Amino acid sequence: MQLESLYQEIILDHYKHPHGRGLRDAADPADRVAEAHHVNPTCGDEVTVRVATDGEVLHDVSYEGMGCSISQASASVLHELLTGRGTADAYRVHEAFVALMSGRGQVTPDEEVLGDGVAFEGVARYPARVKCALLPWMAFKDAAARAGVGESPTEVKA
Amino acid sequence: MTTIAIPPGMPQYDDVPRYDVAAVRADFPILGREVNGHPLVYLDSANTSHKPRQVLDVLREHYERHNANVSRSVHTLGTEATEAYEAARAKVAAFVNAPSVDEVVFTKNSTEAINIVAYAFSNASLRPDADPRFRLGPGDEIVISEMEHHSNIVPWQLLAERTGATLRWFPVTDNGRLDESGLTDLVNERTKIVSLVHMSNILGTVNATARITARVREVGALLLLDCSQSVPHMPIDVVDLDADFIVFTGHKMCGPTGIGVLWGRAELLAAMPPVLGGGSMIETVTMGGSTFAAPPARFEAGTPPIAEAVALGAAVDYLTGLGMPAIQWHEKQLTAYALDALGSVPDLRIFGPEVPVGRGGTISFALGDVHPHDVGQVLDSLGVQVRVGHHCARPVCTRFGVPAMTRASFYLYTTTEEIDALVAGLEQVRKVFG
Repeated sequence: MQLESLYQEIILDHYKHPHGRGLRDAADPADRVAEAHHVNPTCGDEVTVRVATDGEVLHDVSYEGMGCSISQASASVLHELLTGRGTADAYRVHEAFVALMSGRGQVTPDEEVLGDGVAFEGVARYPARVKCALLPWMAFKDAAARAGVGESPTEVKA
Repeated sequence: MTTIAIPPGMPQYDDVPRYDVAAVRADFPILGREVNGHPLVYLDSANTSHKPRQVLDVLREHYERHNANVSRSVHTLGTEATEAYEAARAKVAAFVNAPSVDEVVFTKNSTEAINIVAYAFSNASLRPDADPRFRLGPGDEIVISEMEHHSNIVPWQLLAERTGATLRWFPVTDNGRLDESGLTDLVNERTKIVSLVHMSNILGTVNATARITARVREVGALLLLDCSQSVPHMPIDVVDLDADFIVFTGHKMCGPTGIGVLWGRAELLAAMPPVLGGGSMIETVTMGGSTFAAPPARFEAGTPPIAEAVALGAAVDYLTGLGMPAIQWHEKQLTAYALDALGSVPDLRIFGPEVPVGRGGTISFALGDVHPHDVGQVLDSLGVQVRVGHHCARPVCTRFGVPAMTRASFYLYTTTEEIDALVAGLEQVRKVFG
């Protein structure tokens, strides 16, 4: 029973059929492009997240990585949720996801904001796996900062 | 039913020493607990072993009855604590057949033990009057292997950086054995120290060291063996091994955490400069300078882990009581059973030797392309505790082209039923991720 709260069908589906996988060049050559490579040193999971943006809208959030079902599904959800969003809006989603993962299962996710990300609610109850879920999101944060769209989610929100 | 008799003159079943596993398990309180609603199946003893009641009792009794600092008090408690601490040293020395009790240096763990040797080299390299065997500079070579734990890689990388020496290593074969084909080139007259794992913590390989030792002696280098995974599981005799140093750690051999051992030949320890400075390691101190105690005190600065050392002595008693040859046989049978059982799981790939010869009861594997984290998580939901990840031996994972592995490791209390639970759990993993 417990295990099913971790490995939700949505997570397994994103893992087995990842959305938007692969690092892509910007469609618009005028876009700023930056990427960040993050590693989980305890398990060796790796992910590279690349952001293409004009400073207002995230035209593409592409990624490549290898790792467990949680980290790879999380990257797929990240791509799906943030691609095409305005940067301020994207940070709102980012913040909601981080809050969900830090909530030890006590945070009720808002499906309006998090979409398929709500499936990670169960992961928050497994402290050893929270890092897996956050890996692509932290890489995204660094990549976005490098692309010049805000230093941190809180700054943008303020 | 036919009975197959082993022909006379061949080794008979009852020739090998055995013990009652059920009785042994009753000594380990933790083995009675449940995990996620299932009986605990602990297959992570290469990571840390459990502790029998006999060891826990000694730990508690030390604090309740004999607690005091060692080597500095004239009072009764101090004397009792010192006697217990030194008695533990004597037990450990006898356990590995050390020619002298003073050859046993208590450390925090294997990592600290290796670092003491590496920093002794480092410190000697700064002093022209130091023993030339410990002096390193550009042109000198340090040899390790690709199958080392990070604790036997990083200290030597750092030492090479500090001294300008070159770090070289034995490769690993496709079967997970040490590739000794380049031995004469790799260990040569420029080599100052060879530091090798005795039993791999990830592949389970037990390295045959005789050829390497012979070559090390031929070129006049020193040999350190990382016995963290071998001392808990098989009889170890430092005279027979003919090593210069061995290191091991208490918590993998039924002892507590925070206590490890550096064994070194007396003459070498005496030639090594100190590493950590402080109380207990000195002879005299003036404001102008200090002289140092003889080993092992020279390498035990500060208040040592006293209760932990005493409890390690109790762990040694426990292991000796069962008999190391009996433990070795028990694990050999488990390993043969597990290799067969795991071989029956579809899509399972074993890393390291696939025969129960020249290997111990530590088996790493991949299950199809399911990530080890996911394998470990599903197994945990069934109470089966395995380790997943790179096992502090990332170069081995790289060597076999995987980011991580799943590892099951056995000990004196492991049963074949637990291996069956692992195999059943792997079926469940295949269902979830199939």
